[in-house]
Amino acid sequence: MIVIIDYGMGNLGSILNMCKFLNIEACISDDVESIKNAKKIILPGVGSFDTAMERIKKNGMQEVLNIKALEEKIPFLGICLGMQLLTNGSQEGSLPGLGWIDAEAIKFPESRVLKVPHIGWNEAKSVKSDLMVKGLLDNSRFYFVHSYFVKTNNNDNSLMKTKYGVTFDSAISKANIYGFQFHPEKSHKYGMKILKNFSEI
Amino acid sequence: MHINRLIPILLLNNESLVKTARFNNFSYIGDPCNTVRIFNELEVDELLFLDINSSREGRAPNLSILSDIANECFMPLGYGGGIKDSEEAKKIFDIGFEKVSINTNAFLKPHLITDIAKIFGSQSLVVSIDYKKNLFGKYSVYIKSGRKNIKLHPLDWAKEVENRGAGEILLTSINKEGTWSGLDLELIDQVVDAVNIPVIAHGGVGSVDHINNALSNQSLSAVGLGSLVVFQKKDMGVLVNFPDRSKIIKKLV
Repeated sequence: MIVIIDYGMGNLGSILNMCKFLNIEACISDDVESIKNAKKIILPGVGSFDTAMERIKKNGMQEVLNIKALEEKIPFLGICLGMQLLTNGSQEGSLPGLGWIDAEAIKFPESRVLKVPHIGWNEAKSVKSDLMVKGLLDNSRFYFVHSYFVKTNNNDNSLMKTKYGVTFDSAISKANIYGFQFHPEKSHKYGMKILKNFSEI
Repeated sequence: MHINRLIPILLLNNESLVKTARFNNFSYIGDPCNTVRIFNELEVDELLFLDINSSREGRAPNLSILSDIANECFMPLGYGGGIKDSEEAKKIFDIGFEKVSINTNAFLKPHLITDIAKIFGSQSLVVSIDYKKNLFGKYSVYIKSGRKNIKLHPLDWAKEVENRGAGEILLTSINKEGTWSGLDLELIDQVVDAVNIPVIAHGGVGSVDHINNALSNQSLSAVGLGSLVVFQKKDMGVLVNFPDRSKIIKKLV
Protein backbone atom coordinates (compact mmCIF):
# COMPACT_ATOMS: atom_id res chain seq x y z
CA MET A 1 0.00 0.00 0.00
CA ILE A 2 1.28 3.43 -0.98
CA VAL A 3 0.57 6.04 1.67
CA ILE A 4 0.08 9.59 0.39
CA ILE A 5 0.96 11.83 3.29
CA ASP A 6 -1.64 14.37 4.29
CA TYR A 7 -0.01 17.14 6.27
CA GLY A 8 -2.37 19.87 5.15
CA MET A 9 -0.26 20.98 2.20
CA GLY A 10 -2.73 20.69 -0.61
CA ASN A 11 -3.80 18.70 -3.58
CA LEU A 12 -3.82 15.06 -2.62
CA GLY A 13 -7.04 14.27 -4.45
CA SER A 14 -5.45 14.30 -7.88
CA ILE A 15 -2.65 11.88 -6.90
CA LEU A 16 -5.18 9.48 -5.42
CA ASN A 17 -7.36 9.85 -8.55
CA MET A 18 -4.45 8.82 -10.75
CA CYS A 19 -3.56 5.85 -8.49
CA LYS A 20 -7.17 4.67 -8.69
CA PHE A 21 -7.12 5.02 -12.46
CA LEU A 22 -3.96 2.87 -12.60
CA ASN A 23 -5.33 0.33 -10.09
CA ILE A 24 -2.53 1.15 -7.68
CA GLU A 25 -3.41 0.57 -4.05
CA ALA A 26 -3.03 3.86 -2.25
CA CYS A 27 -4.52 5.82 0.59
CA ILE A 28 -4.28 9.31 2.03
CA SER A 29 -3.25 9.47 5.66
CA ASP A 30 -2.09 11.90 8.32
CA ASP A 31 -1.77 9.18 10.93
CA VAL A 32 1.76 8.37 12.08
CA GLU A 33 0.79 4.76 12.88
CA SER A 34 -0.40 4.01 9.35
CA ILE A 35 2.62 5.79 7.90
CA LYS A 36 4.75 3.37 9.97
CA ASN A 37 3.13 0.47 8.09
CA ALA A 38 3.51 2.00 4.62
CA LYS A 39 5.26 -0.02 1.92
CA LYS A 40 5.85 3.10 -0.14
CA ILE A 41 5.36 6.78 0.60
CA ILE A 42 4.39 9.76 -1.54
CA LEU A 43 5.07 13.17 -0.03
CA PRO A 44 3.10 15.73 -2.06
CA GLY A 45 3.02 19.40 -1.28
CA VAL A 46 1.96 22.81 -2.47
CA GLY A 47 2.63 25.88 -0.35
CA SER A 48 5.48 27.39 1.58
CA PHE A 49 8.62 25.54 2.69
CA ASP A 50 8.64 26.51 6.38
CA THR A 51 4.93 25.82 6.88
CA ALA A 52 5.47 22.37 5.39
CA MET A 53 8.48 21.62 7.60
CA GLU A 54 6.66 22.86 10.71
CA ARG A 55 3.82 20.47 9.99
CA ILE A 56 6.19 17.56 9.36
CA LYS A 57 7.86 18.22 12.68
CA LYS A 58 4.55 17.86 14.50
CA ASN A 59 3.42 14.56 16.05
CA GLY A 60 6.73 12.81 15.42
CA MET A 61 6.12 12.60 11.68
CA GLN A 62 9.69 13.59 10.78
CA GLU A 63 11.19 10.78 12.89
CA VAL A 64 8.89 8.23 11.25
CA LEU A 65 9.75 9.51 7.77
CA ASN A 66 13.47 9.30 8.59
CA ILE A 67 13.09 5.68 9.68
CA LYS A 68 11.02 4.72 6.63
CA ALA A 69 13.31 6.40 4.09
CA LEU A 70 16.78 6.01 5.62
CA GLU A 71 16.59 2.79 7.68
CA GLU A 72 13.84 0.69 6.11
CA LYS A 73 14.71 2.24 2.74
CA ILE A 74 11.20 1.95 1.31
CA PRO A 75 10.58 3.69 -2.03
CA PHE A 76 9.89 7.34 -1.25
CA LEU A 77 8.57 9.90 -3.73
CA GLY A 78 8.43 13.65 -3.10
CA ILE A 79 6.41 15.75 -5.54
CA CYS A 80 6.77 19.51 -6.10
CA LEU A 81 7.29 21.08 -2.66
CA GLY A 82 7.59 17.47 -1.44
CA MET A 83 10.73 17.20 -3.57
CA GLN A 84 12.19 20.43 -2.23
CA LEU A 85 11.68 19.17 1.34
CA LEU A 86 14.11 16.31 0.62
CA THR A 87 16.96 18.84 0.33
CA ASN A 88 19.03 20.73 2.89
CA GLY A 89 16.81 23.78 2.69
CA SER A 90 15.28 26.51 0.57
CA GLN A 91 15.81 30.22 0.01
CA GLU A 92 12.08 30.47 0.62
CA GLY A 93 12.40 29.61 4.29
CA SER A 94 14.73 29.44 7.24
CA LEU A 95 14.03 25.93 8.50
CA PRO A 96 16.28 23.07 7.40
CA GLY A 97 14.76 20.49 5.07
CA LEU A 98 14.82 16.73 5.61
CA GLY A 99 18.39 16.79 4.28
CA TRP A 100 18.27 13.36 2.64
CA ILE A 101 19.66 14.62 -0.65
CA ASP A 102 22.48 17.15 -0.78
CA ALA A 103 20.77 19.98 -2.64
CA GLU A 104 19.14 23.36 -2.14
CA ALA A 105 16.03 25.10 -3.45
CA ILE A 106 16.80 28.44 -5.07
CA LYS A 107 14.50 31.23 -6.28
CA PHE A 108 14.18 31.71 -10.03
CA PRO A 109 15.63 35.02 -11.19
CA GLU A 110 12.96 37.63 -12.04
CA SER A 111 12.39 38.12 -15.74
CA ARG A 112 9.80 39.93 -17.82
CA VAL A 113 9.57 37.12 -20.36
CA LEU A 114 10.09 34.08 -18.16
CA LYS A 115 7.52 34.83 -15.52
CA VAL A 116 7.82 33.44 -12.01
CA PRO A 117 6.27 31.12 -10.92
CA HIS A 118 7.27 28.80 -13.74
CA ILE A 119 3.76 27.63 -14.64
CA GLY A 120 3.15 25.33 -17.55
CA TRP A 121 4.41 22.45 -19.62
CA ASN A 122 8.08 21.87 -20.15
CA GLU A 123 10.42 19.12 -21.20
CA ALA A 124 12.48 17.11 -18.74
CA LYS A 125 15.40 15.01 -19.91
CA SER A 126 16.64 12.01 -17.96
CA VAL A 127 20.32 12.34 -17.14
CA LYS A 128 20.80 8.89 -15.65
CA SER A 129 19.14 5.55 -16.15
CA ASP A 130 16.82 4.53 -13.39
CA LEU A 131 13.67 2.40 -13.09
CA MET A 132 11.67 5.52 -12.25
CA VAL A 133 12.32 7.12 -15.64
CA LYS A 134 12.23 3.90 -17.64
CA GLY A 135 10.10 3.89 -20.79
CA LEU A 136 9.38 7.63 -20.89
CA LEU A 137 8.35 8.78 -24.35
CA ASP A 138 10.73 10.99 -26.32
CA ASN A 139 8.18 13.77 -26.63
CA SER A 140 7.33 13.68 -22.92
CA ARG A 141 6.19 16.94 -21.41
CA PHE A 142 5.31 17.67 -17.83
CA TYR A 143 3.32 20.24 -15.89
CA PHE A 144 5.30 22.53 -13.59
CA VAL A 145 4.20 25.10 -11.01
CA HIS A 146 7.01 26.48 -8.86
CA SER A 147 8.93 29.61 -7.92
CA TYR A 148 11.99 27.81 -6.49
CA PHE A 149 14.09 25.22 -8.28
CA VAL A 150 16.31 22.48 -6.89
CA LYS A 151 20.04 22.44 -7.50
CA THR A 152 21.94 19.34 -6.42
CA ASN A 153 25.44 19.68 -5.00
CA ASN A 154 26.38 16.25 -6.30
CA ASN A 155 25.41 15.66 -9.92
CA ASP A 156 25.02 11.92 -9.23
CA ASN A 157 21.77 12.85 -7.48
CA SER A 158 20.34 14.55 -10.54
CA LEU A 159 17.80 12.38 -12.35
CA MET A 160 16.19 14.79 -14.84
CA LYS A 161 17.02 18.27 -16.04
CA THR A 162 14.81 21.06 -17.38
CA LYS A 163 15.54 24.51 -18.75
CA TYR A 164 13.58 27.61 -17.80
CA GLY A 165 16.06 30.44 -18.12
CA VAL A 166 18.37 28.39 -15.93
CA THR A 167 18.86 24.64 -16.23
CA PHE A 168 17.73 22.98 -13.02
CA ASP A 169 17.20 19.50 -11.56
CA SER A 170 13.58 18.67 -12.34
CA ALA A 171 14.00 15.25 -10.73
CA ILE A 172 16.48 14.04 -8.14
CA SER A 173 17.20 10.63 -6.70
CA LYS A 174 19.41 8.87 -4.24
CA ALA A 175 18.95 5.12 -3.71
CA ASN A 176 15.29 4.61 -2.70
CA ILE A 177 14.48 8.34 -2.50
CA TYR A 178 13.03 10.25 -5.45
CA GLY A 179 11.86 13.80 -5.96
CA PHE A 180 10.00 15.26 -8.95
CA GLN A 181 9.50 18.99 -9.33
CA PHE A 182 6.70 18.64 -11.87
CA HIS A 183 3.31 17.07 -11.21
CA PRO A 184 3.16 13.53 -12.65
CA GLU A 185 -0.50 13.38 -11.57
CA LYS A 186 -1.27 16.36 -13.82
CA SER A 187 0.85 15.37 -16.82
CA HIS A 188 -1.36 13.09 -18.89
CA LYS A 189 0.14 9.73 -19.90
CA TYR A 190 3.66 11.12 -19.56
CA GLY A 191 3.31 11.57 -15.82
CA MET A 192 1.19 8.47 -15.45
CA LYS A 193 4.20 6.46 -16.61
CA ILE A 194 6.24 7.79 -13.70
CA LEU A 195 3.60 6.92 -11.12
CA LYS A 196 3.29 3.47 -12.71
CA ASN A 197 7.07 3.01 -12.51
CA PHE A 198 6.94 4.00 -8.84
CA SER A 199 4.28 1.38 -8.17
CA GLU A 200 6.50 -1.27 -9.77
CA ILE A 201 9.86 -0.58 -8.10
CA MET B 1 11.70 24.52 -24.18
CA HIS B 2 8.85 26.07 -22.28
CA ILE B 3 5.62 25.36 -24.10
CA ASN B 4 3.09 28.18 -24.34
CA ARG B 5 -0.19 27.05 -22.86
CA LEU B 6 -3.37 26.90 -24.89
CA ILE B 7 -6.29 26.60 -22.52
CA PRO B 8 -9.82 25.69 -23.57
CA ILE B 9 -12.11 27.93 -21.53
CA LEU B 10 -15.28 25.89 -21.13
CA LEU B 11 -18.48 27.59 -20.12
CA LEU B 12 -20.87 25.75 -17.86
CA ASN B 13 -24.44 26.77 -17.45
CA ASN B 14 -25.11 24.62 -14.43
CA GLU B 15 -25.08 21.11 -15.95
CA SER B 16 -24.62 21.98 -19.62
CA LEU B 17 -21.65 23.13 -21.59
CA VAL B 18 -22.50 26.24 -23.60
CA LYS B 19 -20.74 28.82 -25.71
CA THR B 20 -21.55 32.48 -25.88
CA ALA B 21 -20.77 35.36 -28.21
CA ARG B 22 -20.05 38.71 -26.54
CA PHE B 23 -21.38 37.10 -23.33
CA ASN B 24 -24.79 36.53 -24.98
CA ASN B 25 -26.45 34.17 -27.49
CA PHE B 26 -25.93 30.87 -25.70
CA SER B 27 -25.37 27.85 -27.94
CA TYR B 28 -25.60 24.42 -26.38
CA ILE B 29 -22.37 22.44 -26.83
CA GLY B 30 -23.04 19.24 -24.96
CA ASP B 31 -22.60 17.27 -21.81
CA PRO B 32 -19.52 18.53 -19.93
CA CYS B 33 -18.14 15.08 -19.09
CA ASN B 34 -18.34 13.77 -22.65
CA THR B 35 -16.75 16.91 -24.04
CA VAL B 36 -13.98 16.83 -21.49
CA ARG B 37 -13.23 13.21 -22.32
CA ILE B 38 -12.41 14.31 -25.87
CA PHE B 39 -10.14 17.11 -24.64
CA ASN B 40 -8.43 14.59 -22.40
CA GLU B 41 -7.74 12.31 -25.36
CA LEU B 42 -6.42 15.30 -27.29
CA GLU B 43 -4.01 15.86 -24.35
CA VAL B 44 -4.76 19.54 -24.09
CA ASP B 45 -2.52 21.64 -21.83
CA GLU B 46 -5.07 22.59 -19.24
CA LEU B 47 -8.81 23.14 -18.84
CA LEU B 48 -10.59 26.02 -17.20
CA PHE B 49 -14.32 25.75 -16.45
CA LEU B 50 -16.39 28.81 -15.77
CA ASP B 51 -19.95 28.54 -14.57
CA ILE B 52 -21.21 31.71 -16.14
CA ASN B 53 -24.39 32.22 -14.17
CA SER B 54 -23.58 30.87 -10.73
CA SER B 55 -22.55 34.20 -9.21
CA ARG B 56 -25.62 35.97 -10.58
CA GLU B 57 -27.97 33.17 -9.56
CA GLY B 58 -26.22 32.62 -6.23
CA ARG B 59 -25.59 28.92 -6.95
CA ALA B 60 -22.75 26.97 -5.33
CA PRO B 61 -20.28 25.09 -7.58
CA ASN B 62 -21.60 21.82 -9.00
CA LEU B 63 -19.15 19.52 -7.22
CA SER B 64 -20.53 16.31 -8.63
CA ILE B 65 -19.77 17.26 -12.25
CA LEU B 66 -16.36 18.65 -11.27
CA SER B 67 -15.53 15.49 -9.39
CA ASP B 68 -16.40 13.30 -12.39
CA ILE B 69 -14.08 15.44 -14.50
CA ALA B 70 -11.18 15.24 -12.02
CA ASN B 71 -11.46 11.45 -11.81
CA GLU B 72 -10.45 10.99 -15.40
CA CYS B 73 -8.60 14.11 -16.53
CA PHE B 74 -4.95 14.09 -15.55
CA MET B 75 -4.05 17.61 -16.45
CA PRO B 76 -4.26 20.99 -14.75
CA LEU B 77 -7.87 21.85 -14.00
CA GLY B 78 -9.37 25.12 -12.93
CA TYR B 79 -12.87 26.14 -11.94
CA GLY B 80 -14.57 29.48 -11.55
CA GLY B 81 -18.10 30.48 -10.72
CA GLY B 82 -19.82 31.34 -7.47
CA ILE B 83 -16.80 30.88 -5.18
CA LYS B 84 -17.55 33.10 -2.19
CA ASP B 85 -14.91 32.10 0.34
CA SER B 86 -11.84 29.98 0.99
CA GLU B 87 -13.93 27.06 2.29
CA GLU B 88 -15.69 26.81 -1.04
CA ALA B 89 -12.32 26.98 -2.79
CA LYS B 90 -11.05 24.14 -0.60
CA LYS B 91 -13.90 21.91 -1.76
CA ILE B 92 -12.77 22.44 -5.35
CA PHE B 93 -9.15 21.65 -4.48
CA ASP B 94 -10.08 18.52 -2.51
CA ILE B 95 -11.68 16.83 -5.50
CA GLY B 96 -8.52 17.24 -7.58
CA PHE B 97 -8.72 20.67 -9.20
CA GLU B 98 -5.70 22.84 -8.45
CA LYS B 99 -6.88 26.25 -9.51
CA VAL B 100 -9.90 28.34 -8.76
CA SER B 101 -10.91 31.41 -10.65
CA ILE B 102 -12.76 34.35 -9.15
CA ASN B 103 -14.19 37.39 -10.85
CA THR B 104 -17.30 39.05 -9.38
CA ASN B 105 -16.39 38.12 -5.82
CA ALA B 106 -12.80 39.31 -6.27
CA PHE B 107 -14.30 42.78 -6.58
CA LEU B 108 -17.21 42.51 -4.13
CA LYS B 109 -15.18 40.84 -1.36
CA PRO B 110 -11.90 42.73 -1.15
CA HIS B 111 -10.24 40.12 1.09
CA LEU B 112 -11.06 37.08 -1.01
CA ILE B 113 -7.96 37.19 -3.25
CA THR B 114 -5.60 37.54 -0.31
CA ASP B 115 -7.48 34.91 1.73
CA ILE B 116 -7.24 32.25 -0.96
CA ALA B 117 -3.64 33.14 -1.87
CA LYS B 118 -2.51 32.98 1.77
CA ILE B 119 -4.05 29.60 2.49
CA PHE B 120 -3.55 27.78 -0.79
CA GLY B 121 -0.79 29.80 -2.48
CA SER B 122 -0.96 32.29 -5.33
CA GLN B 123 -0.40 29.54 -7.90
CA SER B 124 -3.89 28.24 -7.08
CA LEU B 125 -5.69 31.47 -7.89
CA VAL B 126 -6.66 32.83 -11.30
CA VAL B 127 -8.37 36.20 -11.18
CA SER B 128 -10.64 36.58 -14.16
CA ILE B 129 -11.04 40.07 -15.58
CA ASP B 130 -13.77 40.76 -18.14
CA TYR B 131 -13.62 44.10 -19.85
CA LYS B 132 -15.29 46.13 -22.59
CA LYS B 133 -14.10 48.92 -24.81
CA ASN B 134 -16.89 51.40 -25.45
CA LEU B 135 -17.62 53.40 -28.61
CA PHE B 136 -15.33 56.19 -27.45
CA GLY B 137 -12.45 53.73 -26.98
CA LYS B 138 -12.70 53.79 -23.20
CA TYR B 139 -11.92 50.54 -21.37
CA SER B 140 -13.86 49.33 -18.36
CA VAL B 141 -14.00 46.18 -16.22
CA TYR B 142 -17.33 44.38 -15.87
CA ILE B 143 -18.45 41.87 -13.24
CA LYS B 144 -21.57 39.66 -12.92
CA SER B 145 -21.03 37.92 -16.28
CA GLY B 146 -20.48 41.21 -18.07
CA ARG B 147 -23.60 42.89 -16.68
CA LYS B 148 -22.16 45.41 -14.24
CA ASN B 149 -19.61 48.09 -15.06
CA ILE B 150 -17.29 48.71 -12.09
CA LYS B 151 -15.67 51.71 -13.81
CA LEU B 152 -12.09 50.53 -13.43
CA HIS B 153 -9.54 50.35 -16.22
CA PRO B 154 -8.50 46.69 -16.76
CA LEU B 155 -4.84 47.70 -16.47
CA ASP B 156 -5.37 49.21 -13.01
CA TRP B 157 -7.47 46.29 -11.84
CA ALA B 158 -4.85 43.83 -13.13
CA LYS B 159 -2.09 45.54 -11.13
CA GLU B 160 -4.36 45.64 -8.09
CA VAL B 161 -5.20 41.92 -8.18
CA GLU B 162 -1.51 41.09 -8.63
CA ASN B 163 -0.71 43.13 -5.52
CA ARG B 164 -3.39 41.34 -3.57
CA GLY B 165 -1.94 37.93 -4.41
CA ALA B 166 -3.43 36.64 -7.66
CA GLY B 167 -1.26 33.97 -9.30
CA GLU B 168 -2.54 34.42 -12.84
CA ILE B 169 -4.90 36.68 -14.73
CA LEU B 170 -7.50 35.50 -17.22
CA LEU B 171 -8.11 38.56 -19.38
CA THR B 172 -11.30 38.37 -21.43
CA SER B 173 -12.48 40.94 -23.95
CA ILE B 174 -16.27 40.96 -23.90
CA ASN B 175 -16.36 42.73 -27.29
CA LYS B 176 -14.26 39.98 -28.84
CA GLU B 177 -15.57 36.88 -27.08
CA GLY B 178 -17.14 34.39 -29.50
CA THR B 179 -16.49 36.57 -32.56
CA TRP B 180 -13.59 34.65 -34.21
CA SER B 181 -12.13 38.08 -35.08
CA GLY B 182 -8.78 37.84 -33.27
CA LEU B 183 -7.59 38.85 -29.81
CA ASP B 184 -7.51 42.42 -28.50
CA LEU B 185 -3.73 42.60 -28.78
CA GLU B 186 -3.47 46.25 -27.85
CA LEU B 187 -4.78 45.81 -24.32
CA ILE B 188 -3.27 42.35 -23.86
CA ASP B 189 0.21 43.73 -24.54
CA GLN B 190 -0.32 46.58 -22.08
CA VAL B 191 -1.46 44.26 -19.30
CA VAL B 192 1.21 41.63 -19.94
CA ASP B 193 3.91 44.26 -19.75
CA ALA B 194 2.47 45.83 -16.60
CA VAL B 195 2.25 42.71 -14.41
CA ASN B 196 4.77 40.03 -13.47
CA ILE B 197 2.30 37.17 -13.13
CA PRO B 198 1.23 34.99 -16.07
CA VAL B 199 -1.61 36.31 -18.21
CA ILE B 200 -4.06 34.14 -20.17
CA ALA B 201 -5.34 36.18 -23.13
CA HIS B 202 -8.91 35.29 -24.04
CA GLY B 203 -11.65 36.40 -26.39
CA GLY B 204 -11.74 36.33 -30.15
CA VAL B 205 -9.36 33.55 -31.20
CA GLY B 206 -10.56 32.19 -34.54
CA SER B 207 -7.37 30.75 -36.01
CA VAL B 208 -3.85 29.55 -35.30
CA ASP B 209 -2.59 32.85 -36.71
CA HIS B 210 -4.52 34.73 -34.04
CA ILE B 211 -2.82 32.60 -31.37
CA ASN B 212 0.64 33.14 -32.82
CA ASN B 213 0.09 36.87 -33.26
CA ALA B 214 -0.60 37.13 -29.55
CA LEU B 215 2.28 34.83 -28.56
CA SER B 216 4.72 36.90 -30.60
CA ASN B 217 4.74 38.98 -27.41
CA GLN B 218 7.12 36.66 -25.55
CA SER B 219 5.83 37.86 -22.20
CA LEU B 220 2.38 36.39 -22.80
CA SER B 221 2.07 33.02 -21.05
CA ALA B 222 -1.11 31.48 -22.33
CA VAL B 223 -4.05 31.87 -24.70
CA GLY B 224 -7.60 30.92 -23.80
CA LEU B 225 -9.63 29.22 -26.52
CA GLY B 226 -13.40 29.13 -26.79
CA SER B 227 -15.29 28.88 -30.08
CA LEU B 228 -12.23 27.57 -31.94
CA VAL B 229 -12.14 24.36 -29.90
CA VAL B 230 -15.87 23.61 -29.75
CA PHE B 231 -17.10 24.52 -33.26
CA GLN B 232 -16.13 23.28 -36.70
CA LYS B 233 -15.92 26.79 -38.06
CA LYS B 234 -17.69 30.09 -37.51
CA ASP B 235 -21.48 29.60 -37.78
CA MET B 236 -21.09 25.83 -38.10
CA GLY B 237 -21.87 22.89 -35.86
CA VAL B 238 -20.23 21.57 -32.71
CA LEU B 239 -16.89 19.84 -33.14
CA VAL B 240 -14.58 19.40 -30.18
CA ASN B 241 -11.04 19.88 -31.48
CA PHE B 242 -7.65 21.37 -30.64
CA PRO B 243 -5.09 23.23 -32.79
CA ASP B 244 -2.08 21.39 -34.17
CA ARG B 245 0.55 21.95 -31.51
CA SER B 246 3.43 21.95 -34.02
CA LYS B 247 2.04 25.16 -35.57
CA ILE B 248 2.15 27.11 -32.30
CA ILE B 249 5.09 29.38 -31.46
CA LYS B 250 7.28 28.10 -28.64
CA LYS B 251 8.96 30.26 -26.07
CA LEU B 252 12.71 30.41 -26.41
CA VAL B 253 14.27 29.90 -23.05
